[in-house]
Formats: sequence, C-alpha cells, structure tokens
Amino acid sequence: MASGLTGYRRANGRVGIRNYVVVIPVDDISNAAAEGVARLVPEALAIPHPYGRLQFGEDLELHFRTLIGAGSNPNVAAAVVIGIEPNWTERVVAGIRAQGTPVEGFSIERHGDLETIRVAARATQKFVQEAGELQREPIELGEIMLSIKCGESDTTTGLASCPTVAQVVDKVVDAGGTVLFGETSELTGGEHLIAERCIDDDVRRRFQETYDAYIRMIDEQDADLMGSQPTQGNIRGGLSTIEEKALGNIEKTGTKPVVDVLEPAVAPTKPGLNFMDTSSAAAECITLMMAAGAVIHLFPTGQGNIVGNPIEPVIKLTGNPLTASTMTEHIDLDVSGLLRREIDVVGAGEQLMTVVESTIRGRRTCAEALGHREFVLTKLYRSA
Amino acid sequence: MPTQGRCVVIHKFLIHNEGDDVGVATEDIAQGEDVVGIFMDTGGQVQVTARGAVPLSHKIAVHALREGDEVTEYGLRVGIATADIEPGSYVHTHNIRSARW
Repeated sequence: MASGLTGYRRANGRVGIRNYVVVIPVDDISNAAAEGVARLVPEALAIPHPYGRLQFGEDLELHFRTLIGAGSNPNVAAAVVIGIEPNWTERVVAGIRAQGTPVEGFSIERHGDLETIRVAARATQKFVQEAGELQREPIELGEIMLSIKCGESDTTTGLASCPTVAQVVDKVVDAGGTVLFGETSELTGGEHLIAERCIDDDVRRRFQETYDAYIRMIDEQDADLMGSQPTQGNIRGGLSTIEEKALGNIEKTGTKPVVDVLEPAVAPTKPGLNFMDTSSAAAECITLMMAAGAVIHLFPTGQGNIVGNPIEPVIKLTGNPLTASTMTEHIDLDVSGLLRREIDVVGAGEQLMTVVESTIRGRRTCAEALGHREFVLTKLYRSA
Repeated sequence: MPTQGRCVVIHKFLIHNEGDDVGVATEDIAQGEDVVGIFMDTGGQVQVTARGAVPLSHKIAVHALREGDEVTEYGLRVGIATADIEPGSYVHTHNIRSARW
C-alpha cells in the first residue's frame, strides 16, 4: 500500500527524513573550528559539545559511538569531522565511513584553526552542493525508526499525551518499524510491567540487569532525589512520586513486546519496540537515540519541556491546557481535549499520526523552527 | 441533571481505574467545591467535596487513607500516605511519599 510518504534512502539501507551536512567536533577544543566551518558554509550544521578529552574505557567507547552515530544517522547526507589530533579523528571518520555516509576528517595540530577551517570548509561546501542533488523517494511507515521520551511530565502526561503516543508506537511497530524507548530510572514502580512485556527470558534478564545496575548507581550516591527525579517541574505539575511518574511514562510505550535491550547509542537490529539504557534527561536521552539511528522523536510533555535535537526532529504534544495555551510556539499537537473528553485516544492518535506524516514530508517541528539543537553527550564517569 | 447527549456530566477530575485512591484535576478545583470525577476505564462517576484547592493536573482523593496506607493510581501502588487523607483532600508531596526512594 502506498503510504504517500517520502524520504532519503541511505547507503546502508536506512531511511532519513532530513538531509543535513553536519560538522562534528571530536572534542571540546575543536568546537571553534567546527563552528567556523559552519559560518563559512551556512547550510552545514555544526554540532558542538563539551567532551572528548582524556575519556577512557566504556565512557570513551560511548563518546565515539555517539559521534559516529550522529554522523551516520539517516537524516545526515554527509559529515565532516574535526578533531585536535588525527588518531581519534580518524577513528570517528572510519566509523561513519563504515556506514556508507560520505565523510572527511581534519585535525588541527600542526595546522591551526584557520588552516583547518579553510580545508574543511572546502570539503563541507562540496558535500552541501552534492546533498542538494539527493532525491526523496517513496518510503513506507515501517522504514522509519522512531524514538519516544517524555519530559517535564505532569499527571496530564499519563492521562493524555503518553496514551496518544502509544497509538502511534503500536501503528509503527505493526507496520514493521522500529521504536526506541529508554529512561531507565523512570521506570521505577512500573519496571515489572516492562519486564512482563519482554519477548523472551533472555531479553527479560538483560532488561532486569540493566535496570538494577542503573538503580544501584543512583543508590550509591546516597542522595535525596526529590526535585531531581521527579523533577521540580514534575512536582509543580502535580506528580508526587517516582512511581506515579513512571506509570505515566510507561503509558507511551504502547502494547507491543519489548524485543531487545540496547546499550546507549547502539543501533537496534530487531524491528519492534526496543528498550535502550538511557538517562531520563531529555537532551541526553534523545541524543543517544538519534545516535542509534532514530529519525523522528515523539515527545509528550506536561509542564512544557522545550527540547530539540540538531539531527532528529522532535515533535511535542501536551495534554495540559495551560501549557498548550501559554507555550504555543513549542507544542506541535494539543491533546488537552482528552482531559475534557471531547476527543478519544484513538482520535488523538490519528491527529498525532498526521503530524508525524507532515514532519516526514518536510514540515519543520516547533523545536526545529525555533532552533532547538540540543546535542548532549552522555558521560558515564570523570575523565582521566 | 441531564441524562442524555454527549456531555452528560461536566467533570472536574479523571480517575484512571476504578479502585484508584486518587484522581487528577482537569481544571482548577476550589476548596469546598462539589466536584464530579469520571473513571476512565469504566466511565463510572464519583462525587466528592474538595477539602482544599486542587490546581489543574494535581490530585484529589476519592477514598479515605490512613497514614502508612498504600496509595493506588493506575491500579498500582504509586506511594505511601504520610498523613491521614479524606475523600476530597488535595494529595501531593505533603501527604504521600515514594515507596521506592
């Protein structure tokens, strides 16, 4: 059945809905050069970040995986990588090249910023011109990798916006698509519901181990979490406990089995609903899911989290009428009619699917139009 | 009270499941107001008198709870009462806490 949807089919077979040329700094001190390139070639998108020096072990692997995943996300046509020295720069370049994405790398030592910007800008210009020639092709909904995560939740999230997202999640999974959810700590109180939905004992065991390890990390800090998880915004919005927040959060995962458990920023290999071990902080979580290849994100909010991502469009919906009326420029879909029982959840799901389809076709989300480009790397521990 | 048509009752709060101890205000509720809630799973109704102001998206009790009782929402435990709670009470961090952390 023709979906009427179009997208960019990439070398590795995955489908994108945007066509960016990105300039990726390997490390914090290469941000200036990356941003310098993007100033000379304005259609290119620099994605600065604060890390990449003296990281080691699992934390370093996650750093590389996130940068490589960003450069090879299906929404990216080509990538330019700039690092302070050639070795780690080449490591990121090789990872992106292995996915088939056109890429070139440059390092600053023995050249300086200005010379690096000069040569990198020439490569970037060429990529931008070539990206403009890529054509959208017909695609099916099931070729889309979707990610979901809510933020600044309140009790309307569990009543309205999360159940609305669940409608689309189930549809995408039924169409053969892949959906990522995460927020490990934010399952607390409902983690058994996710465990019950794991497709087999192996996935269930890996889910439980992942969940337990995250909670152990939190417990080891021996700190009061009130105000952090739940956040001050959650509490202002009426959420009283982590359990209450979690049960609202889980509403958005729909009804399908959990087919796999993924490390942060690891690309899924199984279609269906995948759990990824992530922080519950919005920008960190979305960045990890984008790096795993997700091309469109559904973000239910209660009190009005305004997050975006440079590579993965973020669609926001709210069931809170106060948020919908006071933050119109951030809200792509108002489902507060569910609270007034003017619409039902199936109807709300259909409205959200219409927004998803128009976003796939090229309509900019609120976060895109407002320039919300939060590229936030997850850091597992202190650098050496 | 009208008994037919689409909007039979103007509700001011919604409760996820029959059996839940709390519902969610879908608009601001004033202290002393008699308010109707609708159970989302059954469509059934409950009426309480608000014992305190309950802002939009905050919770109102539909059952009495004693200090130490489990608090149920979504048909599951969402916390523990830290004070006695009466039907119509405003329910938040001042009278319930997490059972997990």
